[in-house]
Amino acid sequence: MLATSREVVPARAQMATTLGFHIILACFGIALPTIVLIAEYLGLKRSDPVAMKLARRWSQAMGVLVAVGAVTGTVLSFEMGLLWPGLMRRYGPVIGLPFALEGIFFFLEAIFTAIYLYGWRRLRPWAHFWSGIPIAVSGIFGALSVMAANSWMNQPGGFTMQSGRVVSVDPLRVFFNRAAAYEMPHMLLAAYLVAGFGVASVYAVGFLRGRRDRYHRLGFAIPFVLAAALTPVEFIVGDTAARAIATDQPVKFAAMEYVTHTTRGAPEYLGGVDLKGHVYAGLRIPDLDSLLVGFSTHTKVTGLDSVAPADRPPVPTLIHLAFDLMAGLGSLSLIPLLWLLLAWWRQRSLPRQRLFWLLAAGAGPAAVVAMESGWIVTEVGRQPWVVYHLLTTTQAATTNHGVIGTLTAVIILYALLGIATVLILRLLARRWRKSDERPLAVPYGPPPTPVKVEAR
Amino acid sequence: MVKVIGAILLAVLTLYAILAGADFGGGLWDLIAGGDITGRAPRRLIDDTVTPVWESNHVWLIFALVIFWTAFPRAFAAVMTTCALPLWLAVLGIVLRGAGFAFRKEVQGVRWQRLLGAVFAFSSLLTPFFMGTVVGAVAAGRVALDAEHSTLTVWTSPTSILIGCLFVAVCAYEAAVFLIGEAAKRTDRRLERYFRSRAAIAGTVAGALSLATLLELRTSDTLLYHRLTGRALPLVVLAAVCGLAVIALLLAGRSRGLRVVSAGGAAAVVWGWGVAQYPTLLPRTGLTLSDGSAPHATLVTVFAVFVLAVVLVIPSFLLLFWLHGRQLLESDEPPTVPR
Repeated sequence: MLATSREVVPARAQMATTLGFHIILACFGIALPTIVLIAEYLGLKRSDPVAMKLARRWSQAMGVLVAVGAVTGTVLSFEMGLLWPGLMRRYGPVIGLPFALEGIFFFLEAIFTAIYLYGWRRLRPWAHFWSGIPIAVSGIFGALSVMAANSWMNQPGGFTMQSGRVVSVDPLRVFFNRAAAYEMPHMLLAAYLVAGFGVASVYAVGFLRGRRDRYHRLGFAIPFVLAAALTPVEFIVGDTAARAIATDQPVKFAAMEYVTHTTRGAPEYLGGVDLKGHVYAGLRIPDLDSLLVGFSTHTKVTGLDSVAPADRPPVPTLIHLAFDLMAGLGSLSLIPLLWLLLAWWRQRSLPRQRLFWLLAAGAGPAAVVAMESGWIVTEVGRQPWVVYHLLTTTQAATTNHGVIGTLTAVIILYALLGIATVLILRLLARRWRKSDERPLAVPYGPPPTPVKVEAR
Repeated sequence: MVKVIGAILLAVLTLYAILAGADFGGGLWDLIAGGDITGRAPRRLIDDTVTPVWESNHVWLIFALVIFWTAFPRAFAAVMTTCALPLWLAVLGIVLRGAGFAFRKEVQGVRWQRLLGAVFAFSSLLTPFFMGTVVGAVAAGRVALDAEHSTLTVWTSPTSILIGCLFVAVCAYEAAVFLIGEAAKRTDRRLERYFRSRAAIAGTVAGALSLATLLELRTSDTLLYHRLTGRALPLVVLAAVCGLAVIALLLAGRSRGLRVVSAGGAAAVVWGWGVAQYPTLLPRTGLTLSDGSAPHATLVTVFAVFVLAVVLVIPSFLLLFWLHGRQLLESDEPPTVPR
C-alpha cells in the first residue's frame, strides 16, 4: 500500500519553491487589507486626502499581489495531490477538513476583494470601507485554517486508524491540535510583520532618498507602527513555540539547537556549522539552551541521539542557521520599535537619524527572510516525516517519474512571475510618483481618481 | 451521506464549469478577436466583464479539489497520479492566465500588452482542454486505482480528446452567450451582434462535439453509452433541448433567458455524466462512491462546511454579481477628473 518514491528530493524541492514563493504573497493577502483599511478609515474619519490616496494606491498593489497569490495558491492545491498522493490517499479525510474551511474564507476574500477594488468610484465611501472588512477577517481565518493543517502535520491527532485506513475523525481535535496553539498565532503575526514592514520599507527608502512629505511619512507610519507594535508579541509567541517544540518534537528542536546528545546543561550555539556532530565556528554559551528550555541550567534537553540516524532530519546546519537567522532578525527588529517609541516620547515625531531609516528600510526584507527561515525550520526539521511519526515524506511522494522536469519548469516560471510582479509594482510606483494626479488605466485595481472626501 | 457529498462535489464542479467556463471562453474570443484595431472593442468588453469576477469564480475549483481529496481520497490520489501530465498543463494554464490578468493592463506599450494578452488568451485554451482530457480519462475508465505511474494512454483516448475539445467549445459558447448580455446591457448593438453570431457557431460546434462523443462512446464504452441513453436520457435530452433553444433564441434575436437556458444545458451535461456513472466513482476499477469515501465524521463535516459556504458565500456572490450587473464595479479608465 505504501510505495516508496525515488522522486522525493525533487518533489520536496518543488514544494519548497512554490510554497516559499506563495507564502510571501499570502502574507500580503492576509495583512495588507488591514493596512489599507486603516488608511481608508483615517482618510474617511479625518477627511484626510493623503490617507485616502494611500489607501487607494495600496489597494491597487493589493490587487496585483492577490491575483498572483490566488494562482500560486492554486498550484499548491494541485501539488497536494500531484506531488503527495500518498499523503492525501491516507490522510486526505483528516487534513482536508481545515482546507475545506479555508475554501470558504478564500471565497469571501476573493469576492470582497473584487467589490473593494472595483468599488472605489461608485460605492458610497463608508459602504466601500465596510466592503473591505470581510477581506481582512477572512484573510485571518483563512490563515488560521491553513495553519491548522500544517500544525496537524507536526502534531497529528483527532482520528483513529484501522489497518492503514482512517476510520473516524474528530474535526475539532484536528483543527485545534497540540501545535495549533503556537503555530497559528506565530504565522498570523508573521504575516502582519511581513506586510507591515514590507510596505513601510518602500516609504523608508523614499525617505532616505529625500521624499519626506506627509504622503511618505504617513505611508511609512501606518504599516510600520502596526508591525512594530506586534513585534514584541511575536517575540513572546516565537519563544513559547520553541519551548513547546522542545517537548512536542524534541528531535526537531535538537537539530535547531545542535543538541547532539541528550544532556543536562545543554549549551546554546549561535551560528556555527555542524560536521558529523561537531560544531565549528559557532559561539558556544554554556548551559543557556537548558536555561531557555526549562528556566534552569539543569533542564534535560533531548538530543539527536535519541532516535536512529534514519529518523533524524537531514542537514542540521540548515535548520540551525535558519532558526538563528529567524530569532536573530526577530530580536533585531525590536530596535526600530524602541527607537520609534523614544523619538515619539521625546519629540512627538518620527526619528530623524539616518540609521533609523536604514534599519526601517531593511526591516521589510528582513521580515521576509525571517519568515522563510521559520518555514525551513518547521518543514525541514520535521523530516523524515510528513505527518510526524506516522508517515514519511518518501511514502507520501508521487511515484511518477519526471518530477525534475516540473521542478525545472516551476523554477523558470516562478522566477519570471517574481520578476514580473516586482516590475509591475515598481511600474505602479513610478507612475504614481511621476503623475501624482493624472488618471491612468488601472486594470487590477481601482481607477486612481482623486477622492473627493469633502463631497461625502 | 456519501450520495449527498457526491452530489455536492458535482454541484461545485457544475458551478465551476458554468462560471469559470465563461471566463476561460472569454480568453478564447480574445485570442481570435483579430488585430489591434478590429479586436479592440470585443477585447475591452471581455476585459471589463471578466476581470472583476474571474478570481471568485476560480475558487470553485479549489473548493472542488478540496472536497474531492477530503471525501474521496483514494480516487483523488489515483487521478492525480495517472493524469499528472495533463493536470500540470492545466495548472500551467491557470498560472499564466491569472498572471496575465494581473499584469496585462498595468503595463503600457502595445508590444507588452500584446504579449501578455496572447499569454492570457492562449492559456485560456490550455486549462479547459486538459481538464477535459482528465474528465475523459475518468469517464472512459482509464484511471487505475493503484497505478504508480502516469502514462499517455490514460488521457489520450479518443474519448478524452473529444471531451477536451468539447470543454473548449462549451467555454467559448458560454462566454459568447454571457457577452451578448453584457453588450446588450451597454446597449452596444454591434458587439451584441458580434457575439450573437459567435455564440451560434460555438453552440453548433459544441453540439456537434457532444454528439460525436456520444457516438464514440457507443463503440468504445458500451456501458457508459447505455447509461447515457438509458437512465441519464432525460438529462441528455434536456441538454439537447437547451442547446437547440439557445440556437433558436439567437436566431430570433432574443437576449432574454439566453444565459439561464445555456447554463441549464451545461449543467445537464455535467449531471448527465454523474447520473450515468453513478454509483461508480472510478469506472472499471470497481470503486464505488461508498467504498471510496472518507469516514462518516469527515463527510458530515464536509457537509457542514458546504452548508456554511452556502450561507456565507452564495449571498456574497449574489452581492458581487448584483453590483457587477448594475455596473457599480468598474475597471475601465475613468474620465479625466477636473482638478
